[in-house]
Amino acid sequence: MNPNPYFPGGTVYGTLLNFRREHALWAPCMHEAPYKAPPQAPVLYIKTANTFTRNGHAIVLPRGVVEVEVAASLGLVASEGGRVAGAVLFNDVAIPHESYYRPPVKYRCVDGFLGVGDAVRPVKDLGELASLVLELRVDGVMRQRTVLADLVRDAAMLWADVNAFQSMRPGDVLMIGTDCLDDGSRPRAKAGDAVEITAIGFAPLTNHFIEEQA
Amino acid sequence: MKRARIAWAGAVHDAVENNGELELLTPAYKGRRVGFDEVVWLPPLAPIARPRTVLALGLNYADHAKELAFKAPEEPLAFVKGEASLTGHMAFTVRPDGVQFMHYECELAVVIGQPARRVQRAEALQYVAGYTVANDYAIRDYLENWYRPNLKVKNRDTCTPIGPWLVDATDVPDPMNLALRTTVNGKVTQQGHTKDMIFDVATLIEYFSGFMTLMPGDLILTGTPDGVVDCQPGDVIVTEIDGIGSLTNTITSESHA
Repeated sequence: MNPNPYFPGGTVYGTLLNFRREHALWAPCMHEAPYKAPPQAPVLYIKTANTFTRNGHAIVLPRGVVEVEVAASLGLVASEGGRVAGAVLFNDVAIPHESYYRPPVKYRCVDGFLGVGDAVRPVKDLGELASLVLELRVDGVMRQRTVLADLVRDAAMLWADVNAFQSMRPGDVLMIGTDCLDDGSRPRAKAGDAVEITAIGFAPLTNHFIEEQA
Repeated sequence: MKRARIAWAGAVHDAVENNGELELLTPAYKGRRVGFDEVVWLPPLAPIARPRTVLALGLNYADHAKELAFKAPEEPLAFVKGEASLTGHMAFTVRPDGVQFMHYECELAVVIGQPARRVQRAEALQYVAGYTVANDYAIRDYLENWYRPNLKVKNRDTCTPIGPWLVDATDVPDPMNLALRTTVNGKVTQQGHTKDMIFDVATLIEYFSGFMTLMPGDLILTGTPDGVVDCQPGDVIVTEIDGIGSLTNTITSESHA
């Protein structure tokens, strides 16, 4: 265990529909109500500070929530001058929701709903991000491989397009998105499950899910 | 007490309002008063250790919901903003070149005072530290129907002036009984009253704290009433709420930013 684990010091942004598989699945209905047009700007959401859960700590399922979506993502951490300091693994947890029309606060900003990797891997050690693969296992069983070559906007383009209207301040984090499975869903976790996210060069991120105590 | 956070004489200071002046709380200058025009006004929020949660409401006044051609929502239409969009009283806000419709939104802003988790409506106001005024600018040209209102509309640098004062909750006996208005270059363009909120402050605290723990310093921007108009570079926008404050902002253009 890292004795001095990373914890986000700024606002954490997530990105929706930034993997080609999910974008293609959604494409046929992008022109229909209520969306009426494909997204032009990056579709972003915020993971508020109450969601942050350290590696190794439990994520609590609120009463009445049986299953949640779990998703591997890579967060780009901002340094001074709008540059990227490095990258860190996240487990971006959400209550499943069918509609992407309204902001997902009650689905994504639930207490504990963001597993945070222990360490930021400095940008100089990162190499080509597009060659990175994130693996997600539930109780040791491989459930998803997220291939960063499959991004709609690659990390550099996403960073530039977001910074064009909102400056990433030192400590702010931009997660590059999460992929879906072939059917458009995401892996699920329920109470008792342990979810591990790994990538070569990164320390594993593990969180287990528990029921809320009465 | 009306509290401010200002930059003056090379440093940042906490101050309180005293007879039309700012009284500094900084030990080295304790008791010294400075004029409102002598300082740079910062958002009236103490720094906090963790990233600040900034929640905001859309369509939370019946008339504004009607103006925007939506039916009143059945649950709060909430979105989240980053702290980086906040700026102080007397600041400039950038209007991007080439846009057609950028409007202010005068809003009562609630500052949380103690950790709030699953708070009941009847107790909710006990969790409020104080109130301030926010101007939650929107640039409608950028509206898209994906997680709408999307961040490009609502989370832009310089586009959330807030202040000038944090007014202690104890000095605001009824936050749901406050008249608010906006002037553009001195002409009244927006008038409303917090009693017309669809979801009042206590209900919003109950709603949010039902799934997310609010912490001291977190913000809830409670939405805006009818009467938003386009703002052009050079326009001086004053958003004010009786008993809370009068927040001045000037629009500047991107090419002269």
